Amino acid sequence: MSAPAALSVRGLCKSFGALAVAQDVDLDLAPGARVGLIGPNGAGKTTIVNLLTGMLRPDAGSITISGAPIDRLKPEARVRRGLARTHQISNLLAETSARENVAIAIAERENIAWRLLRYGRRWGACLDEADAHLAVLGIAADADRAAAEWPYGKQRLLEIAIALALRPHVLLLDEPAAGVPALEAHVIHEALDHLPADVAILMIEHDMDLVFRFVREIVVLVQGRVLTRGTPAEIAADARVRAVYLGRSMA
Amino acid sequence: MAGARLGALWHVVPWVTALVVYYTAGGYLSLGTNVLIMILLTLSLDLVLGHAGIVTLGHAAYFGFGAYAAGNFAVHVHNGSLAGLLFAGALTGVFGLLTGALILHTEGVTLMMLTLAIASLVAEFANHAHFLTGGDDGLQGIRMAPLLGLFRFDLYGHTAYLYSLGVLCAWFVATWRIVRSPFGRSLDGIRQSPRRMRAIGTPVWRRLVAVYGLSAAMAGSAGALSAQTTRYASLSALSILVSGTAVVTLALGGTRRLYGAFLGATVYGVVQSFAAEIDPFRWMLVVGLMLMGVVLFAEKGLMSLVDLGRNALVGAFRRAARR
Repeated sequence: MSAPAALSVRGLCKSFGALAVAQDVDLDLAPGARVGLIGPNGAGKTTIVNLLTGMLRPDAGSITISGAPIDRLKPEARVRRGLARTHQISNLLAETSARENVAIAIAERENIAWRLLRYGRRWGACLDEADAHLAVLGIAADADRAAAEWPYGKQRLLEIAIALALRPHVLLLDEPAAGVPALEAHVIHEALDHLPADVAILMIEHDMDLVFRFVREIVVLVQGRVLTRGTPAEIAADARVRAVYLGRSMA
Repeated sequence: MAGARLGALWHVVPWVTALVVYYTAGGYLSLGTNVLIMILLTLSLDLVLGHAGIVTLGHAAYFGFGAYAAGNFAVHVHNGSLAGLLFAGALTGVFGLLTGALILHTEGVTLMMLTLAIASLVAEFANHAHFLTGGDDGLQGIRMAPLLGLFRFDLYGHTAYLYSLGVLCAWFVATWRIVRSPFGRSLDGIRQSPRRMRAIGTPVWRRLVAVYGLSAAMAGSAGALSAQTTRYASLSALSILVSGTAVVTLALGGTRRLYGAFLGATVYGVVQSFAAEIDPFRWMLVVGLMLMGVVLFAEKGLMSLVDLGRNALVGAFRRAARR
């Protein structure tokens, strides 16, 4: 066996009453993987995200991060094991400066968020590191401004900066370009190209251009089941995928 | 940063004012002590409600708990005031942790109802537990030893005032540090978005319970001061009126400002006292009108007016310096 997968999902099942929203889903992300999870509306993509992050409890199946099971952990404990996410709708500390939005995450990662005393230097280090994360994504300007004052495209990148500041093994990007005006979209695209190479990334996205450009493997989800998986080229050529998905929404 | 160092000068204003009051208040010194105690209670509320966003209408439970704890400690164990204060503060803190752990899974209106429920339960328990509280008659027979063995609690309330001021100052410094610490910043984050904080791995519930316990200890200290300085603890310390007044004084002064508690409690205490002297039946009207005025014209409390004045002053200085 080589090094354990960054994220490994086996036989994940979830039903709401008679409605099976996830059926026997398997996923494997090696360190540094770039995987896209696509599917038509109602395919269960959001359910998968919620199962992975711990917002929902699966009926069956297992989830491991770097070989360690996380199924029984609460969402915040999963984050501490290396599973970070961004949200479909920006979820930032609106009144807090962009820099502190990131620094608070670093403080949490470094376990100094319980500190009431003698924090000065370490908090200063958090702020410095926050600036570095913002710079990597090219959004270091206006870092003193409250997050809510930033344009929406930059807010989306700030979400990613916060997630990266947690130094995750696995990063879930939940529609990173959702709601971003077309003119700003290229900024997101470029930033995504600069994400750390060793982080395994699962992207859930409607924007097909973005998915095909960014990922190396695509998993197609239909009615809670994995319909097929393969490289972007294979998926684009797959008649079944076209029938259920591309044919309708790309027409 | 000369600006930051100069900014620290503003800290002098409230504390020097408190000392000026000490020398000039004369017969009103006990009112001053009451105001200091009210400030401490309001400050404890600013920590949970202002900074952590825990909507509570039940802080009287901890104020009263602290008062009875200090009273009983003085009557049955030891009548040193600092020992009593520490005992009452710590015990109330533990009580706050326990009750907080029960209710802080919830938020919003549900949480508010639960804080009310806890305050009601504590008040009802105190009403029946005569052996601890003296029931309707209140807890009497508190005799405090001289502070530090040196300063008697005199009839005019000099010792009581300075003692309360010292305790307030200690808690203020602690709170000032706490809200700027990584812990305090995470509370600020939880107030704004618990979901965001969970997404960066914050154990939200545990952190809220921690600050709730801390705030309860502070409210309990205020209650202990009240019992020690008046040598009396009564059921009124547990009444919903105390919780409500603290929320009002906080809103009046301005939330998340710390000194807002000072301003709000002082203005409320003084206006209430003088209005009640002039008209013991309709003083509430004056307080109500004042509140409406603040809500309408200074939404962020009286501290926003202080900011205006301060900025004008700093601006005038700058212009004068340039000339």
